[in-house]
Amino acid sequence: MRALWSLWRRDMLLALRRPSEVLTVVFFFVVVAALFPLAIGPERPTLRMLAPGVLWVGALLASLLALNRLFEADHRDGTLEQMLLSGTPLTLLVVAKIAAHWVLCGLPLVLLAPLLGVLFDLSGDALGVLALSLLIGTPVLSCLGAIGAALTLGLRGGGVLLALLVLPLFVPVLVFGAGAVEALAAGLGSGAHLSILMALLLLSGLFSPWACAQALRIALE
Amino acid sequence: MRRIPWTHFAAPQTFYGLAGVCWKPLAFLALALAVAGMWVGFMVAPTDAQQGEGYRIIFWHVPVSWMSMIIYLAMAFWGVVCLVFRARMAGMLSQALAPTGALFAFLSLWTGALWGKPMWGAWWVWDARLTSELILFFLYIGFIALTSAIEDPRRADRAGALVAIVGALNVPIIYFSVKWWNTLHQGASVSLNRAPSMAQTMLWGMLLMALACWVYALAMVLYRSRSLILQRERHADWVAQLPECQPGVPA
Amino acid sequence: MASHLTLGLRARDLSCIRGGKTLFAALDVSVLPGQSLHLQGDNGSGKTSLLRLLAGLSEPARGDILWGGRPMAQVRETYQQDMLYLGHALALKEGLSALENLQFAAAMTGQAWSPDAVTKALRQMGLRGREHMPLQVLSQGQKRRVALARLSLSPAHLWLLDEPFVALDAAACELLLGLMQDHVGQGGMLVFTSHQALSWRGGEHRSLRLGAP
Repeated sequence: MRALWSLWRRDMLLALRRPSEVLTVVFFFVVVAALFPLAIGPERPTLRMLAPGVLWVGALLASLLALNRLFEADHRDGTLEQMLLSGTPLTLLVVAKIAAHWVLCGLPLVLLAPLLGVLFDLSGDALGVLALSLLIGTPVLSCLGAIGAALTLGLRGGGVLLALLVLPLFVPVLVFGAGAVEALAAGLGSGAHLSILMALLLLSGLFSPWACAQALRIALE
Repeated sequence: MRRIPWTHFAAPQTFYGLAGVCWKPLAFLALALAVAGMWVGFMVAPTDAQQGEGYRIIFWHVPVSWMSMIIYLAMAFWGVVCLVFRARMAGMLSQALAPTGALFAFLSLWTGALWGKPMWGAWWVWDARLTSELILFFLYIGFIALTSAIEDPRRADRAGALVAIVGALNVPIIYFSVKWWNTLHQGASVSLNRAPSMAQTMLWGMLLMALACWVYALAMVLYRSRSLILQRERHADWVAQLPECQPGVPA
Repeated sequence: MASHLTLGLRARDLSCIRGGKTLFAALDVSVLPGQSLHLQGDNGSGKTSLLRLLAGLSEPARGDILWGGRPMAQVRETYQQDMLYLGHALALKEGLSALENLQFAAAMTGQAWSPDAVTKALRQMGLRGREHMPLQVLSQGQKRRVALARLSLSPAHLWLLDEPFVALDAAACELLLGLMQDHVGQGGMLVFTSHQALSWRGGEHRSLRLGAP
């Protein structure tokens, strides 16, 4: 337990001392969200209709960008190897890494999305559901993406390869996440979507760390 | 039942021999079955009352769709064998299966579009099954891209195995989510699964084509795994002594 | 008494294949308490691969490794807690200070090193006054000393060190050699690689040369 907490603290401390990595991810989200109205025109009804999808895709791409960095630095300076050799189960250490990663790169997206939603003329309720869907959905993205990040560790073309591997797995999260906000707009209520997202979170939370640990062992052999 | 010495063929050297003997006859068998199937499908089976002649594309579409799913499951199966038993051949079989599986997924998408155009008036309408097939195609491409990018063969095998297993576990979830998405948005409700009431001949045609695809896949996997074996074991003595590897023998 | 303290580390019939080439085959290695083993060989002869196999980072193509007479796979957790592996990479975070790095290493391996003990170890390695500086302002040699400070703090019985003398000046080399000899003298086990010729004082010190003769 102490090892987990210490790993989580270490990652937070490192990010606080070098915030540029986290900030670039956040600004990427903002820029992507701002590009869409420029591409599709500023008509409010159109923007309102497209907002859930656009913001979810933006958050997804920003998460993808951040996932590259999950294990890369630790792999390069040898700390990842030491984690494998520390005697603490690797699965638990992976949980700590993913948790820290989400707090640094996922949570800002959750907090920022309602602000961006205002740019798209979403109603208050819709903003709330958007934030909630991202709150439940971004950890799933982090969990699933971690497996991809571990598999592509140290490979050339790693970032694009990671995207290729992991985007098909993101589809359910995208469907139910954006779908939750759209269901609200259609008057159907977002309860079902959000429940399914919770189920996806539980499933991925239970299985991804183990799969990720296996992937790390394979990558470090 | 006579005990089959499965583990005997798990060694690359013996598998190489077995594959060498089997793949050509299998390829010819596949060709024969395909010709028979297409004859039944395009010549013998009656014209459909609702869909006219255009429906005949299902004799290709349904078998290749089935095969693209089955091959992915086979890849995941060999992935489990590779990770749990650390069998060298298992990893090679997974990698040998992937290109054929990707080909079938690709053909499924094209034949689906070719069927869709006369039916719905558009080449692509984001039908739930076709969209799932598209994502399956992406999963194949991801597997191939990852295994090609890793230089160490053992790491490539094991990474690919994990990808195949994770993908296979996710496919039902992805399919379910795409179906949900499709019904929610009231997408094209024409189901490609609702085949026209099947005449006996139509069923025979599809069965023959499915068998042809299966035998073809078998032949290609055996052929491809021979190349992989030669590549991996090129430093071994038994490879140097193969007749096709002697100097002066035409390739 | 724990069995590894009498039986030590033993590897039998080890073979390692990297990139299709066999680096070594049918190798037997054994290190008992109070013994040290110096792995030598040209670049690419498999020294690092052997160390990584012994550390449990990779699986051998053939053969097995025993710790205290039992297969490593069975005793992995206890083995890892009693073993210290320092590879080519320093395993230090540039954004943290020397003190923070070592305390993190302690937390990860379940140790409890007091800040005083850590500071003392750092001073012994010649880093007085630099304990709280972020690692990125230290020189390469100083960073190596921080990594080596772990040696004097760790209670591990087995040390696996890959090229520990790299980038160290003469004084630091003496320090490290002293640490290594003290460790072995007190009944510890040591396996290390180095291109340097070493003057080893006393104790049971053996060499193993890898690669083509």
